[in-house]
Amino acid sequence: MTVPQVTARGAAAARRRRRGLAGWQFVGPFMAVFALVFLAPIGYSIYLSLYRQRLIGGTSFVGLENYQRALTDPQFWSALGRVSLFLAVQVPIMLFLALLVALAVDSGRLHGMRFFRVGVFLPYAVPAVVATLMWGFLYGTQFGLVGSLNDALGLTLPSPLTPELILLSIGNIVTWEFVGYNMVIFYSALRVVPTSLYEAAAIDGAGQFRIIRAIKLPAIRGALVVATIFSVIGSFQLFNEPAILKDLAPNAITTYFTPNLYAYSLSFSGQQFNYAATVAVLMGLITMAIAYLVQLRGMRREP
Amino acid sequence: MATTAEPATARPATARSATVERRRPRRRPARSLTLTVSTGIVLVYSLFPLVWLVISATKSQEGLFTSFGLWFASDFALWDNIAQTVTYRDGIFLRWFANTLGYVLVGAGGATLLATLGGYGLAKFDFVGKRAVFAVVIGAIAVPGTALAVPTFLMFSRLGITDTPWSVIVPSLVTPFGLYLMWTFAAEAIPDELLEAARVDGAGEFRTFFQLCLPLLAPGIVTVLLFSMVATWNNYFLPLIMLRNPDWYPLTLGLQTWNKQASTAGGEAVFHLVVTGSLLTILPLLAAFLLLQRYWQSGLAAGSVKQ
Repeated sequence: MTVPQVTARGAAAARRRRRGLAGWQFVGPFMAVFALVFLAPIGYSIYLSLYRQRLIGGTSFVGLENYQRALTDPQFWSALGRVSLFLAVQVPIMLFLALLVALAVDSGRLHGMRFFRVGVFLPYAVPAVVATLMWGFLYGTQFGLVGSLNDALGLTLPSPLTPELILLSIGNIVTWEFVGYNMVIFYSALRVVPTSLYEAAAIDGAGQFRIIRAIKLPAIRGALVVATIFSVIGSFQLFNEPAILKDLAPNAITTYFTPNLYAYSLSFSGQQFNYAATVAVLMGLITMAIAYLVQLRGMRREP
Repeated sequence: MATTAEPATARPATARSATVERRRPRRRPARSLTLTVSTGIVLVYSLFPLVWLVISATKSQEGLFTSFGLWFASDFALWDNIAQTVTYRDGIFLRWFANTLGYVLVGAGGATLLATLGGYGLAKFDFVGKRAVFAVVIGAIAVPGTALAVPTFLMFSRLGITDTPWSVIVPSLVTPFGLYLMWTFAAEAIPDELLEAARVDGAGEFRTFFQLCLPLLAPGIVTVLLFSMVATWNNYFLPLIMLRNPDWYPLTLGLQTWNKQASTAGGEAVFHLVVTGSLLTILPLLAAFLLLQRYWQSGLAAGSVKQ
């Protein structure tokens, strides 16, 4: 195919203008729905968060009063503290595991490599509801696997559904769901590192661990940062797993277990829509701030 | 590329290493049993709950309670369980299955179409406001979706569309991450010269897109389609707050109502149906991922080049 040269400058400019319109024709539909389901709800929740509904006197503008209330609300802080702890423990473990598997698969030293790649990824295709139901059954001390193991081996394993262990149990479910997804992200990033780099390093006498530290990890820094950001967002949004486990462990999971669960209970059990919107806005701000910090820190040493 | 273990296409970076390398074929690294076994622990961890699910689906409710979790009970009740699952309460499970299919077809299909058009537009056209579009959409990736759910519900209830399929479908139509992926993918996959040539030949922009570019975008489209299918198929929070009428429930919400039944006063425990229903719910997606591996793996690889 030959490539025609565009020579007439005026014609080119006219074409570019026409193409500008064409650009919007392609992007327009996405942006229209985006405005409806992203921008409008954000605007609406900010609006809601500035008002309060009173039993007498109807709805009135209260400025930042709802935010003041949230910042002094022990239940909000308890929820935020819980997801922060979750984030600090679960995310590093999950990403570390994912990275180990990705490096192992990428090294080409595994027997049955494809089986590993697909097998570890499969849980990602399982809905959170099904994952939580499955693990919920497995956790059961009476008829679950924990119970079976206790009976069969004469153990007395503690119930994973007690208030002390519940956060750990949820962490395990989330790790199970997303290790494979993160592994695939890391693995895809590793595939595009030119193999000649490893070979050159190997010829220079570098060992496997040195190659990983000096070549592979820096090369997939972008993927690491992106995976961390997604995991931060995921942790702050935690809802499905505790909401479903709540039926199995009503004493261990409170209505304000996570910020999202709190916002949900506030609006659907408490009818406090304005305050729920405030919690949602605050969580959105905190999430974006932390995602931004991760990105700043992660990209800092980039040239 | 995704199916071969050692890509032969990797180009040597320098002339020096090229001369060293040309002489002999690249050696395959030795397989390591230790590494296989230790990585195998993660594989076992990933697969054993699924194995448990398959085994449990063959047990009657009584068998679930009396037999060891990771082995079969004395009776093999799989077919009976499936029959019960699809006929329980006048076949509501099939209704939920059909709803889920509908949400996935319209929601994920629409999301993929919008993301493909938009990503292509962002990658291949200059237009006023492009930078703003980019900034807003990238910002949106960081906005927690569930934080939007409650305000979206309030908005939709004002519009009077809660408790209808639209309340679930419309929010699923937008995937900022899909748009980003298609944008990076289209930038790589479609040469500008091709578009120029088509324009000189007088082809309209949409004809060019559908006839020339769509086939080139196929791996990216399959990736975005698969991931939005998973998101829609697995969606729980959105239908939970939007829908009241069980006739509109997707599978996820339906299964959870069956599970809850046991803990409500006077409710009938149907754990065997929950287990079998769960298995039936995940099979289509597992099959899709296994069959389309080649596509999503190469699509993801393309997405990660630009990160």
